[in-house]
Amino acid sequence: MIQELFEQVKSRVAPPRSATPQRRLDVPDNLLYRCPRCGGVVLMEDFEKNGRVCAECGYHARLAAPERIRMTVDPGSMQELDAGMKSCNPIGFEGYTRKLEQLQKATGLDDAIITGECTIKGQRCVIGVMDSRFMMASMGSVVGEKIARAFEYAVRRRLPVVLFTASGGARMQEGILSLMQMAKTSAAVALHNDAGLLYITVLTDPTTGGITASFASLGDIIIAEPKVLVGFAGRRVIEGTIREKLPEDFQTAEFLQEHGFVDMIVPRHDLRRTLGHLIKLHARPETDTAGITGEGEEHV
Amino acid sequence: MSEGLSAWDRLLLIRDKARPSAADYIPLIFDRFYELHGDRLFGDDHALWGGIAKIDGIPVTVLAQVKGHTLEENKRCNFAMPHPEGYRKALRLMKQAEKFSRPVICFIDTPGAFCGIGAEERGQGEAIARNLMEMMRLKTPIVSVVLGEGGSGGALGLGVCDEMAMLSNAVYSVISPRGCASILWKDPSRERDAAEMLRITAADIVALGIAEAIIEEPAGGAQKNLQLMASNITEYLRGAILKLSKLPIELLLQRRYDKFRSIGEFTEAE
Ligand SMILES: [Zn+2]
Repeated sequence: MIQELFEQVKSRVAPPRSATPQRRLDVPDNLLYRCPRCGGVVLMEDFEKNGRVCAECGYHARLAAPERIRMTVDPGSMQELDAGMKSCNPIGFEGYTRKLEQLQKATGLDDAIITGECTIKGQRCVIGVMDSRFMMASMGSVVGEKIARAFEYAVRRRLPVVLFTASGGARMQEGILSLMQMAKTSAAVALHNDAGLLYITVLTDPTTGGITASFASLGDIIIAEPKVLVGFAGRRVIEGTIREKLPEDFQTAEFLQEHGFVDMIVPRHDLRRTLGHLIKLHARPETDTAGITGEGEEHV
Repeated sequence: MSEGLSAWDRLLLIRDKARPSAADYIPLIFDRFYELHGDRLFGDDHALWGGIAKIDGIPVTVLAQVKGHTLEENKRCNFAMPHPEGYRKALRLMKQAEKFSRPVICFIDTPGAFCGIGAEERGQGEAIARNLMEMMRLKTPIVSVVLGEGGSGGALGLGVCDEMAMLSNAVYSVISPRGCASILWKDPSRERDAAEMLRITAADIVALGIAEAIIEEPAGGAQKNLQLMASNITEYLRGAILKLSKLPIELLLQRRYDKFRSIGEFTEAE
């Protein structure tokens, strides 16, 4: 039951909890950032400088995929894979095509993930970054295919994979095909795993539904950003079932770590360094030098 | 026989309390079923049964999501909504099947994996994810049959297989029509409309390349003739197991990977 996740995710983050009256400052909205967790207001410039982390409460706000990539990979090292892959509304779901077009225009993305090969602190790897601006980064055929290809690409070149997850779950507009992407991506993880290669997941806000029930939970090392939402079922669905309020920390990164499902919680400003170290720690002599050449070139 | 029914008609048929569950079919399909309990980690989940049995003299491992016919039964089996320990029991028994080269038969019939505090604390997502990955490389044939409700990730946790069949009124969906309607129109009562949009019927699932076969139900649904239904399922299982058992394991695994790998439709830049 990956139900009501979109709603749930929205409701979790949209309305600020702040019961305190909001002081109206005479500053245009785009110059201020109001934290959805603690209600604190800071100058947008300071917020951006802080890597979009709330200085008051440490909330790690969502990042657009291009911004995450810029923050994470070595400058100029990113070579995108499978750019231009788009959904074709495979089950003819009413209103979906229009929604896709609007979002493609608004975000500049083709769909909810960017994949590519890059270096992080000099370490070669395949990277994938989901973008919650695009239909809450739900997984349909495009997201599933790009992830599967990223793992297969990494197997051919004997590279580690780093995935930054964020998602409301499987994309209902592609029906059962979306559900099957969970099996497809898990299959690709298995292939990569059998090849003895490293897979690191970085759970970011929000990682929920079918994504936690597939590739997001299968990393050799699972990292989470502080305080992010991670869970299988929507909070509202659970509250409806048990008819009581859930504790505030339910389904946070800290909750998951306490229950044994997250290896480490790493603040954003430490992520690049941590990833670089972890990849280097797993490097084998033969993968240190440039990758295998001459093996079948990439699918176009 | 059941042609012409809408997705909604079929949903009503499979929600009928009289509809047979895996518990009704198992004694009719198999010579003898030894139930095996527990995941060896936390507990035993009554929503998902596991055990060993014989079909046509061939030993098999059976995993089944089980619905009840009465409130009492449903309380015990949690309306066929497994907890993580259910999926972990299934994985334990699948590994056992691999060890003894027994084919695995999965009966899918669930509204979804259970949504609750304990399920989250014990890693519902992780449990299903682990099954998807391990089933993909399990070195023995896996056949799945959707008996009634194939509810999302909870169904898929038993749905990574070499061959899949749907009973002719069964459905398989990424989200419950009710959930879909409440997201789309903020109106769960429009589940009927959502059911038709999501392409969830057996014919849809075959057309989309996810299932290979439809097992015909008697007119009026499986509940009209349990014996006939059980014999139709038996016939399908015999054929599927016989066929898959002949394949070398390497080929079997490659077929399984390719089957799921090829699902999805998209366009690519020139
Ligand atoms: Zn804050």
